[in-house]
Amino acid sequence: MDGYGMQNQIACIRRSLFDQGYLDEQFIQLEELQDDANPNFVQEIVTLFYTDSTRLIQNIELTLNSRPINFSKLDDYMHQFKGSSSSIGAKKVTSECAVFRQYCAAGNAEAYISSLLPYIYTD
Amino acid sequence: MNVSSVKGSMSISSSTSTWKAGDTISDQFPAGLRVLVVDDDPTCLMILEKMLIACLYKVTKCNRAETALSKLRENKNGYDIVLSDVHMPDMDGFKLLEHIGLEMDLPVIMMSADDGKQVVMKGVTHGACDYLIKPVRIEALKNIWQHVVRKRKNEWKEFEQSGSVEEGDRQPKQSDDADYSSSANEGNWKGSKRRKDEEEETDERDDTSTLKKPRVVWSVELHQQFVAAVNQLGIDKAVPKKILELMNVPGLTRENVASHLQKYRLYLRRLSGVSQHQSNLSTIISAQDPTFGSLSSLSGLDLQTLAATGQLPAQSLARLQAAGLGRATAKSGIPITLVDQRNIFSFENPKLRFGEGQQQHMTNKQQVNLLHGIPTTMEPKQLVSLRHTAQSVGNMNMQVPPHGAQSSQNNPLLMQMGQQQQQQQQSRGQILVDSTINHAPRLSSMGQPILSNGMATNVSSRNGIPENIRAPGYSQTPSMLNFPMNHASELPGNCFPLGSTPGVSNLTSKGAFQEDVNSEIKGSGGFMPSYDVFNDLNQHKPQSWELQNVGIAFDSSQHSNSLQGNLDLTQSALGQQGFSSGQMNGHNRSAAVASKAMFSTGDVKELGSAQNVNQHLNNLLVDNTIRVKSERVCDTSPANIFPDHFGQDDLMSALLKQQESVASSENEFDFDGYSMNNIPVYCVLLSWKMVSSHCEYHVLLGFFEAYQGQIIGEVSKIHFCMICKGAHAEF
Repeated sequence: MDGYGMQNQIACIRRSLFDQGYLDEQFIQLEELQDDANPNFVQEIVTLFYTDSTRLIQNIELTLNSRPINFSKLDDYMHQFKGSSSSIGAKKVTSECAVFRQYCAAGNAEAYISSLLPYIYTD
Repeated sequence: MNVSSVKGSMSISSSTSTWKAGDTISDQFPAGLRVLVVDDDPTCLMILEKMLIACLYKVTKCNRAETALSKLRENKNGYDIVLSDVHMPDMDGFKLLEHIGLEMDLPVIMMSADDGKQVVMKGVTHGACDYLIKPVRIEALKNIWQHVVRKRKNEWKEFEQSGSVEEGDRQPKQSDDADYSSSANEGNWKGSKRRKDEEEETDERDDTSTLKKPRVVWSVELHQQFVAAVNQLGIDKAVPKKILELMNVPGLTRENVASHLQKYRLYLRRLSGVSQHQSNLSTIISAQDPTFGSLSSLSGLDLQTLAATGQLPAQSLARLQAAGLGRATAKSGIPITLVDQRNIFSFENPKLRFGEGQQQHMTNKQQVNLLHGIPTTMEPKQLVSLRHTAQSVGNMNMQVPPHGAQSSQNNPLLMQMGQQQQQQQQSRGQILVDSTINHAPRLSSMGQPILSNGMATNVSSRNGIPENIRAPGYSQTPSMLNFPMNHASELPGNCFPLGSTPGVSNLTSKGAFQEDVNSEIKGSGGFMPSYDVFNDLNQHKPQSWELQNVGIAFDSSQHSNSLQGNLDLTQSALGQQGFSSGQMNGHNRSAAVASKAMFSTGDVKELGSAQNVNQHLNNLLVDNTIRVKSERVCDTSPANIFPDHFGQDDLMSALLKQQESVASSENEFDFDGYSMNNIPVYCVLLSWKMVSSHCEYHVLLGFFEAYQGQIIGEVSKIHFCMICKGAHAEF
């Protein structure tokens, strides 16, 4: 039925997210937390994450655009972002953050940024 | 009184209350565990909350550390465990950790996406029970109750071991607790660590001590008493049993004393090795540490105080502490350089030292045991007063009569003291020390106030410094109480009656103070307890046994010549002071020490003429209580140099140095006044002008925790944290 079809679709999409490495099992934990008492828990959390990360990303962008780049601040933001995304289970974002932080440590943000920007916008 | 101090010092940690609760629902445990979660990330916060609820815990969440702290403060027994993020915008997670550890003694679990070894180590050293890496899994949360149980168990165990009858409260007895815990008791316990100074003072303490957790928190006061007892017996002959008898603290068991003695011996040993530094530190400490009170949790006075003072470089603190610990026992025989002594008990001694002078002021028993470790954050004002008082009193007694009464009590006390002191003369820096010591207002019990008084007189001559201390008027200051630490207000128990230690209050200004002190000290001999006093101490050394608090005054650490060294000094100085003061009043020695340390560091530079100081000190010490040390301090004032900038580290080092110097010279002092040598290094929390990181404090706390059994490491830097009003030590 339609309902099943839709559910199948959702399941497939979800599955693909895991397969592509966008999500990891932390997300599953979140899903498990959802129960009758909080039927929309996952939805709430993800929404919260997006809102929060938007703010964070804005900050990151600002920092990146400023000259000279304040790496420690950038590192801080990245750290926060990494923490958030890892709590959600956003595996890919988390690892990107980690990589980015390494670049920041090296003081080489530009190079990384340019390679990262596409990700940021598509994520 | 002493007893009260004991009680107050006993960390009643809220867990006690929780036990009760647990008792009633023990079968449901860990369900219903009251968890406080702090994280600035809303996503994480929500997830954690949900997970904890799923674990059947009662969750309270905050997204700001300040909020969390206020929640904890308003409901001390309302939580069993705290989960905190490491990176938060308003306050560093480690600082929060320290605060909580000191004030509430709750188990704290840190969380972070950062899994770097250093960070995790930092968590450990700061005293975190556990460190979770984000993303936090629910399985990890399911087990957090073990930390609660463990903590309680340890506390109980201590009690049991000590064998004190009072305890009665063993775990099974929660109900008894209920019985015992009259409102007063409860109050005491709740305060854990410093609380209840007010009420408890004597009776309650007894009750509370027995009821609540068996864990003995070696507050500054208590430590001072301990040092006094040890000095009296002679380090070689000091056996736990006799010490216990001498101390006459209800609720304290032989085991408690034995383990503390062991630590003290280690401390002394360590101090002797750091003499020069310590002396410096001690001075620093005294002056600076108003916040000493905050260190309430620091039981190991020595260490804690040092830590508390934050000022003292963690390392020095550790050293001091070790030395202090070791020293305390050896009062005379110990070759501890003054520095050491100072470190050792700046807190303790302060009280003692002031003895006479202080007594008047100190009436508040709170005088403190100079922050035994409580990093009470002394409010600057108090510090100032402390300093002044410290000067005169040298008996750090001022310290803040933290009897448990946290700051509130102390403050008044201090104030009183301070005032009195003023008249007297800036009683030696001791007062400062006191303040730093934050000790719970034990001062009174310690008899420190007397010191201050006594000191005051001496101080007058010596106190030339007091002037520096800004102690407006604290002529006597010695009432060490002044020390207490201005922060007294802050710290719940830290009552650093900074008021008295004018010097102390100046902690912040310490830098300035020190300079002043130094100059003053030269002439005056009156140590300004304020940590600045320490500087003076160097000069006066003896005077400010108040410096004892020096440890506390780690502000001087700023001077930190080599903070570390200073710490030791402070410790020793403090310790020494403590000893000498032991005689005086037995109290403020530590303060004195601290002050000494303070002086040493600061003064060292200026004083240069240790002799000067010593002489002064002697004079100051009302009856020699402090003098002993102070002189030494002067002599040695090694580098105490407080670099005017109050770098905590410097302070510590300065203190340490001083102590060392002090310690060395003193050894033979019979601490009637303030033998720096045996002064345990108390970390006097001096108002840290800028708290760089709260974590250091935690480190110190951790160090103090170590006091409970393991040595974590040497404190390399002590900072005084204004936020947590505690001393932070860096390892």
